[in-house]
Amino acid sequence: MSSNNKNTTIVAFCCIYCAYAAADLAGSMRLQYPSNVRIIRTPCTGRLEVEYFLRAFENGADGVLVAGCEEGSCHFKEGNLIAKRRVEYARKLLAESGLEAERLKMVNVSAAMARLLIEHINEMAETVKKLGPSPLNRAGKSAQEAKL
Amino acid sequence: MIVAERKSIPELIDILPNNSRILVLGCGTCVTVCLAGGEREVSIIASALRIASRARGLGYVVSEITIERQCDNIFIEQAVEAIEKADVVLSLGCGAGVQAVAERFLKKPVYAGLNTKFLGILEERGIWTEKCAQCGSCVLHQYGGICPITRCAKHLLNGPCGGSREDRCEVRPDRPCAWQLIYQRLKGIGQLDRLEKIEPPKQWSASLSGGPRVIIREDHRI
Repeated sequence: MSSNNKNTTIVAFCCIYCAYAAADLAGSMRLQYPSNVRIIRTPCTGRLEVEYFLRAFENGADGVLVAGCEEGSCHFKEGNLIAKRRVEYARKLLAESGLEAERLKMVNVSAAMARLLIEHINEMAETVKKLGPSPLNRAGKSAQEAKL
Repeated sequence: MIVAERKSIPELIDILPNNSRILVLGCGTCVTVCLAGGEREVSIIASALRIASRARGLGYVVSEITIERQCDNIFIEQAVEAIEKADVVLSLGCGAGVQAVAERFLKKPVYAGLNTKFLGILEERGIWTEKCAQCGSCVLHQYGGICPITRCAKHLLNGPCGGSREDRCEVRPDRPCAWQLIYQRLKGIGQLDRLEKIEPPKQWSASLSGGPRVIIREDHRI
C-alpha cells in the first residue's frame, strides 16, 4: 500500500448480503486494497443511522464509505434506498459543520462485484489522499476544549 | 402536534458562544414525532456541533439529554442537574419548551435550536402539513372539518376565490384548493346546504391579535 495512506483511516460499512461478501471474494481473488480501510459488517445499510456516520468522523475516520446492494436488489427491499437518503442528509450536515461532504459516500455493488468494490474503495482512498486527513484529526482537541 | 424544523449548523454556530459547555436539550413529545428535536435528533445535532467545534476550533463541550416534555416544569426537573452543569442550553423543543426552560433558569442562557413552524399532522412519510392556525374560535363544524383559515391561502370564509385550477390552489399549485376539499366533504356528508349561508366577518379578538392568550380553569386551580 502507499505510505500516503498511513495517517488516514477509512471506515467502510459493508452490507452482509453484498459488499461484505464482495470484500470476501476480493480476498479470495487476491485483489489488493489500501490497508487503512476498516470494514464494518452491517446487517443491511438501512440499519445505519445518520449518527453512525457522524460518530465515525468524531472518532477519527478521514473517510466513510457505505457499500450496499444494487438499487432494487436489497434483501430487505428498500434498506439501501433508506441508506442513500440518510447518507445524503449526513453529507449535508457534514458540509454545514465544516467537513468536506466528499468524505462520505455511498456505493452499490452486488456480492459478485469484488473488482467494482475495490475500485470504489480505491476511489475513496484517492479522495481522502487528495483532501488530506480530516480537519478533526489535524486539529485534534483545541486547547480550550481540553481545559474545559 | 407542533411541527418544527432544525436550524442549520452555521445558524447554531452564530447563536452559541465559543468556548462554552453546551447542553443540547431534546423534547420527547411533538418535536420527536416531527423528527426535529427528539432523542435521535439531539444525538445528531450534538455530534454535528462537536464536529464543527473541532473543525473550526470553537471550543464547544457538548452534552445531551432528552426529557419527556419541555413545556412542563415537572419534566424539566429531570434535566436540572445537566442544565446547571452547562454554560448555555440549546433547546430542541418548540418555542413553548424553550421559554418554559428559560423561565425556570433565570441566569442560564437558553437558545432555540429549532424554528417552530405550525400545528399540523404527518400527511405521509416525511411530509408534515399545517392544519390549524389556532384562531381561538373554531369554525370547523361549518366546513365539514376542513379549516378554510389554515388551508385556504387567502383564508376565505366564503370561498372559493375563483382562482383555483382544477382542484389546485392558485397560490400554491402543489397544494389542493381547500374550498374544493370543503365542497367534496360537505357533499359526502350531505351538508352542502351549509354553503348557502354567508359567513359574517370572523371575530379575531380570540386569536393572537388580542395579545397572548391565557386559559384559566377555576375548577382545577388549587
